[in-house]
Amino acid sequence: MAKPFLSIERLTQQFPDGAGGTLTVFENASFGVEKGEFVCILGHSGCGKSTIMNILAGLAEPTSGVVKMDGMHVSGPSLDRGVVFQNYSLLPWLSALKNVTFGVSARHKGWSKAKVEEHARAYLAMVGLEGDVVHRKPSQLSGGMRQRVSIARAFANQPKLLLLDEPFGALDALTRGTIQDELIKVWSQTEQTVFMITHDIDEAILLADRILLMTNGPLARVAESVDITIPRPRNRTEIVEHPNYYAIRNHLVQFLGQRSKDLAGHGSDGQDQRPETVHIDKAAHAEADVDIEPEGAHLRAVND
Amino acid sequence: MIRNFDARSALLSVLILISGLAIWHFATHVPETGPVGVVLSAEQTDTLLGNNMAAEDIEFYASQGVAFPQLEQIAALNLSRETIEMAGGIRALGISVPDANSAPAPGSLFPSPAKIGVELWATITDPFYVAGTNDMGFGIQIGYSLLRVIIGYTLAAAVAIPLGFLIGMSPLAYKALDPYIQVLKPISPLAWMPIALFTIGDSELSSIFVIFICSLWPMLSNTAFGVASVRSDWVNVARTHELGTLRTALTVILPAAAPTIVTGMRISIGIAWLVIVAAEMLVGGTGIGYVVWNEWNGLRLDRMIVAILLIGVMGMLLDAAFARLQRAVSYVE
Ligand SMILES: Nc1ncnc2c1ncn2[C@@H]1O[C@H](COP(=O)(O)OP(=O)(O)OP(=O)(O)O)[C@@H](O)[C@H]1O
Ligand SMILES: [Mg+2]
Repeated sequence: MAKPFLSIERLTQQFPDGAGGTLTVFENASFGVEKGEFVCILGHSGCGKSTIMNILAGLAEPTSGVVKMDGMHVSGPSLDRGVVFQNYSLLPWLSALKNVTFGVSARHKGWSKAKVEEHARAYLAMVGLEGDVVHRKPSQLSGGMRQRVSIARAFANQPKLLLLDEPFGALDALTRGTIQDELIKVWSQTEQTVFMITHDIDEAILLADRILLMTNGPLARVAESVDITIPRPRNRTEIVEHPNYYAIRNHLVQFLGQRSKDLAGHGSDGQDQRPETVHIDKAAHAEADVDIEPEGAHLRAVND
Repeated sequence: MIRNFDARSALLSVLILISGLAIWHFATHVPETGPVGVVLSAEQTDTLLGNNMAAEDIEFYASQGVAFPQLEQIAALNLSRETIEMAGGIRALGISVPDANSAPAPGSLFPSPAKIGVELWATITDPFYVAGTNDMGFGIQIGYSLLRVIIGYTLAAAVAIPLGFLIGMSPLAYKALDPYIQVLKPISPLAWMPIALFTIGDSELSSIFVIFICSLWPMLSNTAFGVASVRSDWVNVARTHELGTLRTALTVILPAAAPTIVTGMRISIGIAWLVIVAAEMLVGGTGIGYVVWNEWNGLRLDRMIVAILLIGVMGMLLDAAFARLQRAVSYVE
């Protein structure tokens, strides 16, 4: 089997635990992400999601193990890996527009000022920020607007891999919905791969092709990889009616509620810790068993 | 509402000024106490007239506060008033006149606001006259002080800000140099003066050196602190955009740390202005600090107070300039 686009191989991260010992966050974690895939990772607070993401971004060095993207070792941050930080991380002394042009001019050093600005404006418009708002400083923007600027900054650089750390954590449900739609819109127009941390199960089902489930830490592991067998385009009100929706959701809830604890705290014994693939597809069964009229929408629901 | 508030505060300021000036005025006011006239009884007048003293002379000396016994002495001299005055007055002729009555009440030596107003007006209208090495317009003197401050301060900024940047960006340097900064910073700048005079010799350079050394520490420690405490998130933004060290320093760290750096610069200019006055008092020659000392020695308190006032105004202007700079670089997180 060919190596996936992004391959995480036997990643181990240890920290001093503050009492003289070491805290092993995860050990020999291994998984892959395909090109163009949208992957969400779910797990309880403190299990090591951000730690994994910082390593993927190249902002942190793992204790051992390697990350490869396109067959190349990840060592240090790169413009090919765009990050949307949990707390937006906009530069507060720059306007929204300048925050985006900051990134664009770093990526395209040869571009003229006008071209950089035009490009930045296009991406701001894509996330719904147009007109005078783009000249406001982050402190004068709402939380949702800041988040959108942050997304625009990452997307404007057209990175091969987009890393999102709980990007919608602080937003109200309505804003969240809007930005989720914008995110999917932008992603579907490009060839990018997305790796996103979230705490929200419904958000993960709505957005992801695949959900990685992490057990509790310490010695956490990426225990399962759940395929989301719901066709796109997905609509937040309609997907709940899809036969797979509750089956998948129940599986996730059950994992986070119970099995994340049961599976926690086991060392790897030097073994590769690969997630188990979980494929839940009620619709496929239904179609195999009962021959419903072959409506296109249902046929497309079969992902495999 | 805001304008109303501004107007009210301005009104209050003016009232405070007026009452302050009024208190000052009355505290230093010299009442026009001419001599207190002496009232003679008819019997005493007759006695004096009997002694051949002219009636208008009696009236004149009595109104000058000369009492009856002394008037009798004057009468005994048997001289006309013209002769007495030509001889230098009655005192010169050995007749003692009680001071409390005939001399004006001793006024305050401290100049009144009016006197200072006059001196201030003279300074404003002719700030740049040169009448001798010790007598130059305050405009020139303050110019000397300002020049010293600007030279010393600029040198300090040129050293402190880049050095502070390096210290702030390297945790190792920060930790290693911190003890020195902490010890050197609280030393009174004037304590450096003897060392400067001994090693440099030249008094002009010594006062510039003292300005340099006193401006250095606040800028150095604020720059180092500001740079070291730039949020790692922002640095990570620079890293994910593959910015080099220099570009990161200029486009992320500098603007992020600018408010702290400018605060240090503002503290420094304030200290420098305080110190130049003291340094010039010590070193002498020129400068507004020397003026204060010189006028004090000459007991020209009015000129001294005008000089002090100018020191305050100049310090305020310097601070206001940095306050403006501070507003320009500040940001809200
Ligand atoms: N620099 C560090 N030094 C020591 N321990 C650390 C460090 N960074 C993270 N940890 C520990 O590693 C564990 C995982 O942290 P991480 O931030 O990855 O959690 P997370 O899954 O992102 O949690 P959350 O959902 O709350 O953001 C935690 O127990 C944390 O205490
Ligand atoms: Mg986290």
